[in-house]
This record gives sequence, C-alpha cells and structure tokens, in this order.
Amino acid sequence: MVSADPQPFLTMQGIVKVFPGARALDGVDLEIVPGEVHCLLGQNGAGKSTLIKVLAGAHQPTEGRILLDGEPITIADPVAALRHGVATMYQELDVVDGLTVAENVFLGHELATLGFSQRREAVRRTRELLRRLGHPEVSPRQEVGALSAAGKQIVSMARALSHDARVIVMDEPSAVLDSEEVANLFRVVRELTSAGVAVVYISHRLEEIREIGNRITVLKDGRTVAHNLPVSGTPTTELIRLMTGRSVEYAFPPSSGPGPEAPVVLDVQGLSLRGVFRDVGLEVRAGEIVGLAGLVGSGRSEILETVYGARRPSAGVVRVDGRRLRPGSVAAAVGVGIGLAPEERKSQGLLLDEPVYRNVTLSTFARFARGGLLDERAERAAAQEQAISLHLRPPGVDRPIRTLSGGNQQKAMLARWLVHGCRVLLLDEPTRGVDVGARAEIYALVRRLADAGAAVVVVSSEIPEVLGLADRVLVVSEGRVVHEGPAESIDEHQVLDMVMEGSVA
Amino acid sequence: MNEQKLSADARQAGPGAAGPPGGEHKDTARRVGIPSGTAGRNLGLIVALVALAVVGCVTAGSRFASLDNLMVILSLASVIGVVSIGMTFVITGGGIDLSVGSVLGLASVWATTLATQTMADQYGWVVMAVCALAVGLGAGLVNGVLVAYGRVVAFIATLATMVAARGLAELIANRRTQIVDVDSFTDTFRGDLLGVPKIVWIFVAVAVAGWFLLNRTTFGRRTVAVGGNPEAARLAGIKVRRHTMYLYALAGLAAGIAGVMMLARTTAGSSTNGTLYELDAIAAVVVGGTLLAGGRGTIVGTVLGVLIFATLTNLFIQNNLDSSVQAVAKGAIIIVAVLLQQRLTARSTTG
Ligand SMILES: Nc1ncnc2c1ncn2[C@@H]1O[C@H](COP(=O)(O)OP(=O)(O)OP(=O)(O)O)[C@@H](O)[C@H]1O
Ligand SMILES: [Mg+2]
Repeated sequence: MVSADPQPFLTMQGIVKVFPGARALDGVDLEIVPGEVHCLLGQNGAGKSTLIKVLAGAHQPTEGRILLDGEPITIADPVAALRHGVATMYQELDVVDGLTVAENVFLGHELATLGFSQRREAVRRTRELLRRLGHPEVSPRQEVGALSAAGKQIVSMARALSHDARVIVMDEPSAVLDSEEVANLFRVVRELTSAGVAVVYISHRLEEIREIGNRITVLKDGRTVAHNLPVSGTPTTELIRLMTGRSVEYAFPPSSGPGPEAPVVLDVQGLSLRGVFRDVGLEVRAGEIVGLAGLVGSGRSEILETVYGARRPSAGVVRVDGRRLRPGSVAAAVGVGIGLAPEERKSQGLLLDEPVYRNVTLSTFARFARGGLLDERAERAAAQEQAISLHLRPPGVDRPIRTLSGGNQQKAMLARWLVHGCRVLLLDEPTRGVDVGARAEIYALVRRLADAGAAVVVVSSEIPEVLGLADRVLVVSEGRVVHEGPAESIDEHQVLDMVMEGSVA
Repeated sequence: MNEQKLSADARQAGPGAAGPPGGEHKDTARRVGIPSGTAGRNLGLIVALVALAVVGCVTAGSRFASLDNLMVILSLASVIGVVSIGMTFVITGGGIDLSVGSVLGLASVWATTLATQTMADQYGWVVMAVCALAVGLGAGLVNGVLVAYGRVVAFIATLATMVAARGLAELIANRRTQIVDVDSFTDTFRGDLLGVPKIVWIFVAVAVAGWFLLNRTTFGRRTVAVGGNPEAARLAGIKVRRHTMYLYALAGLAAGIAGVMMLARTTAGSSTNGTLYELDAIAAVVVGGTLLAGGRGTIVGTVLGVLIFATLTNLFIQNNLDSSVQAVAKGAIIIVAVLLQQRLTARSTTG
C-alpha cells in the first residue's frame, strides 16, 4: 500500500501544548504519508488525544509547526481542519443525541441549495455510508440518542467518511466495538488507504496495531520517543518498553477461584427485561469472577444494569447474600454493596466539572460525612490513596476530572467502587481506553478484590479479556445465555461461533 | 535555579508524571482548579457592586451614601434575597422554579386571614409565621412531586403553580389588602436589632445557612451531583427523584420565609405581594454565577447578585430616574453577566 519511497504530505513539528497546570505536549513530531495507517501509541495521558486535537483544530498549539504539502499552515478551528482535508473521530463520542443519524453525519456541512436543506439527499448519502460501514440496518432517520455506544461510534465514523478527507484520524475507535465491528472497521480502513487516504489510528490494543498498522509513532509524557517504526519488525515487548519505560507483565493474574465452600453472594434467577433479554440466571460465589461474553447489543450491559436496579426487570429476582433486592432500585442495590462501573463513563458516570476526588467519592461521601456534614479531608485522603494505587496520572485529586485523559477517567470510575468496598462488583468494559500497563494493574486489582471475597461480574467486548480474567464464562447472544462453563474449557473461536450462531438463529 | 524548579514543577503536573504525588503538584492543581475560578467570579461581582456604589455617591451624594440609605438597600435586598437562596438550590440541582413569587404572595395572604390573625391574637405570632412557612413548604412539595415523580417539565409544573397560587391568593383575600394587626408579630419582626433591620438579620441567617447547606453538607453535594449529571448520580446510588423533590420544597420554604418578611416590611398581606419576584430571583442567581444548566451553584454569588440589583434600584430612585430606564439597565446587566460567565466557563473547559 505504501509506495517505495513515500513523501510525507502532512508533518507536525515540535508541537508543544500547555494547559494551565499541565504540559500535555512537549515537542512532538509526526509525519504522515499518503495511504498509510499511522499508529499513535502511548500510555494514558501521554498526549495522543491532545495531539490529534491540535491537528483537528480543536486546540491551538502553544508552539510548533504544521506543514501540509511542505507549506506551513495554521489550523484555527475544526472547519479549517476539514478544509485542509483532516477529518477526526474523537475519543469521546461527539454525536448529538437529539438529532437523527443523517443530521449528525452532515452536522456542520449540511447539504443545502439556496438555504433549503436537502434532507432526502442527506439521507441517501448517509444510507450509502452506513452500507459501506457494514451497517445497512441503521436507519438514517433514527434518533442517535436511541443507539448504543457502538452505534454512536458508527455514526461518528460515517461523519468522518462524509468529508472528502486526505487523512482520517481515529482516536480509539475500537474501544466501544466488539470483534465483528472491529473487522468491519478494518475493512473500511483498508478501502480508505488503498484510495490513498491516510489514517491515524490510536488504540491501546496492540494486536490491532499488528493487524492494521504500517508505521508507529510512540509518545511518552508528551514527547515523541520513537518515530515511524515499521510495524513488522518491531516486537511488542519493545513497543511496551517504549511506551512505559519498563517491561510489563502482559498477563492475567493466576486465578485462585472460589473455594468449594464459598457462599453464593449474587444470585439472579429468571431475570428478564422485555424486548432485551429473557430468563437470565446467574450465580456468583464469593471470590469468583464471572465473565459475560457476547456481541455489542446482545444485552450484556442491560443485564448488569438490571441486576443493579437501574432498569426495572419484567420478571425475575436478584438476591445478595440471600436477601432479595427491591427491583428497580439502585439505592437498594448500593445499600447491600453492589457497585456498577457503567459502560459510558462520560454520560453515566462522571461529573465532569467536579474535582477528581468528588467523582471518586460520589457513592460514598455520605458515609464519610458525620451527621450530614461532609468530611472533605477524609474524602480526599481516600481518593488519593486509590489514585496512587491505580497509578492515576496526574495523581492529584483536586483537578476537574474533565482534564484527565480518557483512560485515567476510567481508573477514577473504578476507584469509586474501590473506596466503596463492594460485596458485588459489576464491571462494564472495565479496561475500555486503558493502556497496557494500567490494564495489567486493573486485572490484578479485580483479582485481588475477588480474593478478598467479592463477587465480580465482568462484561467485555474483548473475548480474550473475558476468558483470561474470569473463572466462569456466560456467553450471551440475542438476550439469552447460550453457554455457561469454566473459562479454561473454552477458547476465543468457540465463543465467537456461539455468539454468531445465536445471532443467526 | 529558579528555572529548574519551574520545569520540575511542570513535569510533576505534566502527563504521565510517575511516582508519588508531591505537595508541589497539589499546589498546581489548586491554582488551576475550581476555587480560583469561583473566587475570580465573585471578585468581578464585588467590583461591579463597588462601581455602582461609586456612581451612587457621585450622582446622589449624601442621599445615597448614608447609613440610613444602606439599611434601605439591605431591606430591599432581604426579601428577594431569601427567595433567591432557595432558587439557587433548585437551579444548581438542574431545575427552575417560576412559582416562588406567587407562593410568597399566597403565604402572605394565608398568614393574614381573619382566622389566622384571630388565632395569632390568642397564641402569638408563631401561628402566622408557621402558617406562612407551611404554605410555602406545601406549595414547594406540590412542585417537587409534580417534577420529580410526575415527570412534568419543571418550567411547566412551576408555571402552573405560579398561576394557581396567585389565583388562590386572590380568592382567599378577595382582592383586598389584609392589614397585620397582631402586635406580637409586628413587635417581633419589625424594627431594628443592633441598628440593623430584623429582616436583614433573617436574610443573613438564611444566607449563612444556605451557604453551609450547599457547601458543607451531603445535601449540598447531592444537589450538585443531581444538577451536574443526574444519570451518574442515580447510578452512584443517589435518590435523584427524592432529592429533586426536596429542592423544590426548600425553594417553597424559602418563599414562605420571604412571605413572613414581606409582612414585616409592609404590614399587609396582599395577593399582589411578590409579583415578578421569580424573575428577579432567577436573574440574581444567574448573574451571581450559578449555572442555569445546573451542576454549579454559589450562594455568595447569589447574595452579591441580589445586592447589585438592589443597589441599582436604589440608585435610580435616589436620582429620580424612570423605572423603565431601570428595567433596561437591569436587562443589560443580566446579558453582560451571562456573556462574561460564558467566556469564563469556555476558558476553563477548553484550556
Ligand atoms: N483541558 C485540559 N486541561 C488540563 N490538562 C489537560 C487538558 N486536557 C488534557 N490534559 C492533560 O494532558 C495530558 C494528555 O492528555 P490526553 O488526553 O492527550 O492523553 P491520551 O494520550 O489521549 O490518553 P488516553 O489514552 O487515556 O486517552 C493528560 O495529563 C491530561 O491530564
Ligand atoms: Mg485519549
């Protein structure tokens, strides 16, 4: 795909970006040649998103130059970026819930003649884009708010494709996608690159980089530590060492599993949610990690949310330590020690303008309080302790959580339930957007919690993660549990087969 | 040496700073964090207030710059101030309450009916005060139930209460002004304490209590959470609906207290009491820096906002200026304040 001696058409040189209190970029270089997939690697908070926001015109660089076809350019705003042929899919989904799919795709560059919007044309072109993305079933006239996170990601992708771009920047597009969706995404990426479009691809999943990438630039602490490494020929261990500055054990912690005597903590029977899933049974013992595998949209997240009381089941009971929970009451669930780390942290989990520590103690501040009086000192201390043990970067807990990188926001979400201390921990995509090093830490942590007697349920789109982390696996397809068994006795392909079969049947 | 220190600091606060957090880092976070923003906004309001005072001194001289006039301004600010404190909570919690002015009127009427006053003659002023507070609380609870459990949009639910409460007040009062002639009531609430009108003391007490409630208690934390991201609050185990109901009840209670203060100031219950106070309160709250979208609220800002409007009104009166001009000036202040607010928030979020 990449020609013999390709010349970069887009170059970023010595980019520095200073935020009040943080030097996010400290001299970064990036060279992009036509038709390549250029991977941007780096730990959480390394500055990847900041760099691409500079390229997208969303941030102005403090220092540095951007050259397009050898000419220095300034990218004053996102419109200018698009004019220069740079289209961006942001890490945090940026779709408008109240608008339709087609309206979102053409947001900001509406098709219009003489001021009359050409809705039908927009719908037609959107349908075409969705078909290209492998999603003819999504209707252009549907409201985006009703779509799942993956659906929104697809809309965001369609928007990027709707521009005549020379380079499309994708900031962790696969984080909300399951393996089938990722395959779709890669097909589109290959189409783009063979047409000469360059793709800048950010992901924490190194196996994806192997599959799709041509060259790699690695960022660390806001600096470029390696340029234009060829993907083939750079071992994974080397990449990890470049990113983290150390070698990380990229492995799952050994499972001790629940003892034979371990009591059942979470007991779910006949749980149904009309139109989404039916008759789900689930028993989790103290010390056990149960994984739910399945496609996005199979009802996995809804199962967790229903167990948690965030949705009212149409049938079924949930018991914790033998006590039956009031259905549809989160407060009751939290009261008996269930914690949920939701899938969409921004809309479901965080108070973006509040400091980190208040986000961490959102479900526990009342416990720290005495007679209704807050004890912020104790809250800070508890949050700080978790921040250190989770290697939150930057580790200060007083800054607004908005200013943390995506992966670090995810860690803060986990910290909330660590402070809470849970009998039952429900984790929906716990490592979404989390870097290699922190992933290993999170795995170890979840195992430690289980060993300390918690019952853990994990939902993940990454099947290897489910299989590696869990003691027992439930495969969910089309709202039904189609398989249940020990994690060792099944492999990724079998899970995929079951998932697909279920969705065909 | 100095430079070295600076760069070390930057690295500490910078991305990927490994190692334990230093005290240095905490400082950096403080400097860029929320507190400085709030302090900055309040400083702006104080500057505006001082500017108004200077204008007053220059244009109206000793008529404006006297202790008596200061007390007039403070009395003027007190009633609307208490209403605004309640409104601050509702708005911070992501809602709006258009009914507070009417509820104030209804409370003032109900507390001065013949029946209530006869009872008050017998058992003391407490009867009237409790009556006004109960009316306020009751109306607030109705709002709260409608919004939180009935899922009626706050704007509509409280608009309905606003209309209905005013109508009910007219029915009860029969469109007549009801003079307060319970001596124990007037003795208790009228006049000065330590040279300051008693209703000003009530405002001070309510403001201090409100500040404490919003900033130092779990109730306040819940308010910010519910206003900032109701779904996140719900998933964290906060009873969002119940809390929302409490917020409207609180605003109603504040309107009831303001009703008592109104009776003290005017010695008359009338169905026209508190007309348009809801708009003045919303203006003061927003100018003060509370986010209309919810999730951030400031009692100090609200108090300053109320004082700014009260001073402005007084300034116009002292200069014998048309009240229409005053309305235009008020409008301008609201726009300027909101524009400034947007600038500030835009800067703090995009960096
Ligand atoms: N608006 C802001 N104000 C202050 N600091 C910020 C702001 N935005 C980002 N930062 C800081 O800049 C650094 C880089 O953040 P960035 O989001 O670019 O990381 P990232 O490499 O994309 O990480 P992730 O993999 O977690 O998404 C982080 O330390 C972050 O806290
Ligand atoms: Mg990022």
